Amino acid sequence: MLGDALLLQLGYNATLVTVGAALLGVAAGVAGTFLFLRKRALVGDAISHATLPGVGLAFVLMVALGGDGRWLPGLLLGAAVSAAIGLLCVQGLTRATRLGEDAAIGAVLSVFFGFGIVILTVVQTMTAGQQAGLEGFLLGSTAGMLRSDAILLAVSAAVVLALVLVLRRPLELAAFDPGYAEATGWSLGRIDLVMMGIVLVVTVVGLKVVGLILIVALLIVPAVTARFWTDRTGHVVIIAGAVGGVSGYVGAAISAVAPALPTGPIVVLVGFLLFLVSLLFSPGRGVLASLLMHHRYQRRVHMRQGLLALAQGQPIFEALTRRLMHRAGLILPDGVATQAGQAAASKALLDETRWSLVRADTSFAAAATRYDGLTPIEDVLTPDQLRDVDGRITAPKVV
Amino acid sequence: MSLQNIHLVTDEAVAQAEAERTASPLAVRNLTVSYGQTPAIFSVDLTVRAGAMTAIVGPNGAGKSTLLKAALDVIKPLAGTVTVFGEPLAAMRDRIAYVPQRASVDWDFPTRVIDVVLMGLYRQLGLLGRVRSKHRAAAMGALDRVGMTDFATRQIGQLSGGQQQRVFLARALAQDADVYVLDEPFAGVDAATERAIIAVLKDLRDTGRTVLAVHHDLATVPDYFDDVVLLNTQVIAAGPVDDVFTEDNLQAAYGGRLTTARVDPESVAG
Repeated sequence: MLGDALLLQLGYNATLVTVGAALLGVAAGVAGTFLFLRKRALVGDAISHATLPGVGLAFVLMVALGGDGRWLPGLLLGAAVSAAIGLLCVQGLTRATRLGEDAAIGAVLSVFFGFGIVILTVVQTMTAGQQAGLEGFLLGSTAGMLRSDAILLAVSAAVVLALVLVLRRPLELAAFDPGYAEATGWSLGRIDLVMMGIVLVVTVVGLKVVGLILIVALLIVPAVTARFWTDRTGHVVIIAGAVGGVSGYVGAAISAVAPALPTGPIVVLVGFLLFLVSLLFSPGRGVLASLLMHHRYQRRVHMRQGLLALAQGQPIFEALTRRLMHRAGLILPDGVATQAGQAAASKALLDETRWSLVRADTSFAAAATRYDGLTPIEDVLTPDQLRDVDGRITAPKVV
Repeated sequence: MSLQNIHLVTDEAVAQAEAERTASPLAVRNLTVSYGQTPAIFSVDLTVRAGAMTAIVGPNGAGKSTLLKAALDVIKPLAGTVTVFGEPLAAMRDRIAYVPQRASVDWDFPTRVIDVVLMGLYRQLGLLGRVRSKHRAAAMGALDRVGMTDFATRQIGQLSGGQQQRVFLARALAQDADVYVLDEPFAGVDAATERAIIAVLKDLRDTGRTVLAVHHDLATVPDYFDDVVLLNTQVIAAGPVDDVFTEDNLQAAYGGRLTTARVDPESVAG
């Protein structure tokens, strides 16, 4: 059944919704990357929570006008208006008072959400049964989505992606170095406004899929996940888009076979799974890689210190050092160097002498940064450079 | 402010000051910036001399960085005007390159050295212009001038403080501007970097560019700079180092906090 859903075999509607969710995920991942890099992730949370009163009021208004309260474009328009008001409140509070942005976000988020819940409750008592769709905006529910909803998702995602593509340079500049961006003539105010506009669009069209409580996760988790795999902004954007897309796709597919489950939490959990894998297993910044590197590095430091001690005829005190060196056949159990140990020791000392010359010479600045007390200098310098360095060793201290 | 600084203003003097302002690569008039109710800088007049290296010095909290940022419209002033070669700043952005304080950015940002330098060309590239080999060559050339070509593809977080500062300078060099405005370019850098940066700045001046830098090391002011601005919320004195960098002016700028040990009397004209 889930296999069918993943392979888009569950019928026309479910297929459309799944593809729409994937596109939303891509758009959220890409837009969220710049929000994350600009360190304004939580503003996204304020925007999403501020949509709720708008959804409720739009419903009331549409019913009062004699229409169908559940008409999605109307509800989303209401959400967008109230989210924009919420965003303006955050910016107004931050600028006009001494409140930090975090405090302003906390205040706006909770007040708008509380107000929204009150309205939803009133709606419930007012027109019992009719508001059935509205709580789907809290946690997302793709089950009842229509073809037109899916098309709205796809179009919005395409618009967001096109905007980010066009504005990638100012967005990157504003995130990395806002002062420089301003000084070179990009208006920071306008860049931030456009960025928040993009986030607002993603949030509003994502309401039905992920829900307002969890949309911030779809904005941020992909970017944080992508950061583990690369050191380049462009690559973070692409990987985040992919992570968001996979989350949306798989989440909606699972939700299609289990309609009782809200879609939002599933989408977010899929994204979290990808995050977890990255956190643990990514090669550069992952936890396991760091642990392994630290472990290896520690052993190499012990070995090196032991060899240098040997070369200078000093005793080795640390048990770990002795154990490691004994295991490598460099010393006997009583701490006396073997023949191999003596050779390795004099090589280590020569290496250290060469390194100290290189580090003292600014013309080797690039090579000098690779000094970690362990890397053999032959790995860093060319044979010619090495001969040059050796020519400067005045009194070889090789034992 | 001492009474000596107040003298009769003649029409000719006004006309001459106006002419200097129009010719100046960066002139600010009556610039005031305030955070809350206390002014960080108050009614600052400053006419930077073309083709010279000018230092802005003053105690902590004197408003040195604020003056630079307000002059470049990075922060909005309460009052005052800024002109670049006599034109409004907005029309002359391309002529100015800004080097912010190193500590103002997150160095764990996912970007490489060459990418940061290419940011100096973003204005020229526009929104969609492709980065072509000539742009890459310009960026590598800028890195070469600060001795950082070997680091082009490193992640910026792997750099030392001095290397980070050189990358920031390279980004400004890539802009190929007429005026270079630097905020504490020597703060927390190693001696080799300080030598490299001052060599680049002097080279800029010798090829007709103008350099304006916030500087914190009084001892090197006479060696490095042609002009100096002593700032403590207001301009205490401004002009050629030989005329302005005097014990009296420094006392006025720094108040009692300046001990004579901080200034080498030999290097101070007066």
